[in-house]
Amino acid sequence: MSEEKEPLFSGKNIKLLTEPLNDSNPITVQVLGICSALAITVKVKPAFVMAVSVVFVMAVSNVVISLLRKTVPPRIRIIVQLVVIAAMVILVDQFLKAFLFDISKQLSVFVGLIITNCIIMGRLEAFALSNKPWPAFLDGLGNAAGYGVILIIVAFFREFLGSGTIWGYQVIPEGFYDFGYENNGFMILPPMALIVVGVIIWVQRAKNRKLVESN
Amino acid sequence: MKSLRRYLDKLKPHFEKGGKFEKLHSTFDAFETFMFVPDKVTTKGAHIRDSVDMKRTMSIVVFALVPTILFGMWNIGFHHFKATGQEGTLFEIFWLGFLRVLPIIVVSYGVGLGIEFAFAQFRGHEVNEGFLVSGMLIPLVLPVDVPLWMVALATAFAVIIGKEVFGGTGMNILNPALTARAFLFFAYPSYMSGDEVWTHGMIQGEGIVDTFSGATPLAEAAAGNIDKLPQLSEMFFGTILGSIGETSTLAILIGAAILLFTGVGSARIMISTFVGGLVMGLLLNAFSTAEGLSETAQAFFSVPAWQHLMLGGFAFGAVFMATDPVSASQTPKGKIIYGFLIGFLAILIRVVNPAYPEGVMLAILLMNVFAPLIDHYVIENNIKKRLKRAKIKA
Repeated sequence: MSEEKEPLFSGKNIKLLTEPLNDSNPITVQVLGICSALAITVKVKPAFVMAVSVVFVMAVSNVVISLLRKTVPPRIRIIVQLVVIAAMVILVDQFLKAFLFDISKQLSVFVGLIITNCIIMGRLEAFALSNKPWPAFLDGLGNAAGYGVILIIVAFFREFLGSGTIWGYQVIPEGFYDFGYENNGFMILPPMALIVVGVIIWVQRAKNRKLVESN
Repeated sequence: MKSLRRYLDKLKPHFEKGGKFEKLHSTFDAFETFMFVPDKVTTKGAHIRDSVDMKRTMSIVVFALVPTILFGMWNIGFHHFKATGQEGTLFEIFWLGFLRVLPIIVVSYGVGLGIEFAFAQFRGHEVNEGFLVSGMLIPLVLPVDVPLWMVALATAFAVIIGKEVFGGTGMNILNPALTARAFLFFAYPSYMSGDEVWTHGMIQGEGIVDTFSGATPLAEAAAGNIDKLPQLSEMFFGTILGSIGETSTLAILIGAAILLFTGVGSARIMISTFVGGLVMGLLLNAFSTAEGLSETAQAFFSVPAWQHLMLGGFAFGAVFMATDPVSASQTPKGKIIYGFLIGFLAILIRVVNPAYPEGVMLAILLMNVFAPLIDHYVIENNIKKRLKRAKIKA
């Protein structure tokens, strides 16, 4: 059976990549992966590393599962998915411990908890199991990027307002503090991450009317 | 009055559909209905419209707050003069406090109403009057030396995140004034607690006499120095340190009387809150000699239950915050449960959790969240009871 060759970056494939960035964003539209968005968005740097780790884990495991999709019996597919994700996560974890020890300490258990990130399992189940490796790769990339973008936006506001720094560099001038400015301690507490995510959802829906549910 | 009415009538056509300022309709409407009771009548169905609408109700609450405001102003001056060892006439004392409190009130109203008006314009609905009360409550629950930009930020947070996000006045799950206070409490703890924020001028530390202690009575009690608690008359009349409006139990009781007499505040909530606080206080008293407690904790546990009701923000919270009709329980039975738990938890947090010397704010916010749940079960229970009755008859 000869299948029609599809160009690598056909419109459909591009959509796989870009849709999760806005219309079906994993955090703000599907509301998945909130727990890690609360935990590691105090500073931009760890949030960025987390985002990159998730991109790697997700893209690779999507491809692997897609390659295995015809050989895995449906009854044990969840355990196979878990094994693949866990292998990738261990790779990332070891890599961080070897080369970025400080950040690895800051992220602590949350790297390991990527395994339980509902976005990854969700995409493997919903997409990789029934699609070819290349679209699966793009889908993983897109969803992980959609997740990472929100992570970094949240971390940006929390670090900027909570610590007066970005990527660890002081951005609010000393003069402000002499004038009576204070860092907002609430921003460092987890509830504020939820509120920031909420505000992002609000802004996104105000701009993108088709996301607003009709009731 | 008549000339004002005539003037408004003359302006009105400009703001109606097709007029020059059609877009500013809601702003005009807000001012008009603030000055005069609206003449809208219900056209369909059997509805009775009371002339007392929300703007009038809110005005009564602000009126009930006046004693606490005036006393708070005097109290600020009084403590400043005491701290610097000066003597002042009654007017000087009051004037100093007035000058400190007025900017906070202006900022709170300015920012809050500005956002309310902007949202009303933008969304095309009427300006909601809920902020008339919140704008007055926010300054009253803050310490005197809080920077004005923090007041502005907290007010904006309370109005946008606490209220507008949920759909505006009447839809908020949390009390907006307490949302503002909680925001500041967690964001800028060094400006919201400690020994120096309660007396004007103490942060700068100029001319403060050595013998003056800026710790609130509650802080002293939490540190185990219950012999340093003020005399009963001081606690009752309110010449103690604390947030601007919370110190005087007498002024708060006058406000409570106004609220109850006009039927604006719920007596059920107020009384059950006080009862809840009393019960928890008595419980703690009973355990004050228990083994395993540190000496400080024992001392704090043994503060007489009824004195707790006059300390800190308990009375203020019970009278003005817990009774907020939007965020409180709606059913009569629910109101009693709601109030009781507020009092109960407030004293529990205050005494048992050393990180929060004042538990009233947290207790009320927590119960705000639970209020709909309480209502749900009260109603379900009632339905069940009536079904049973119906079945027996059938």
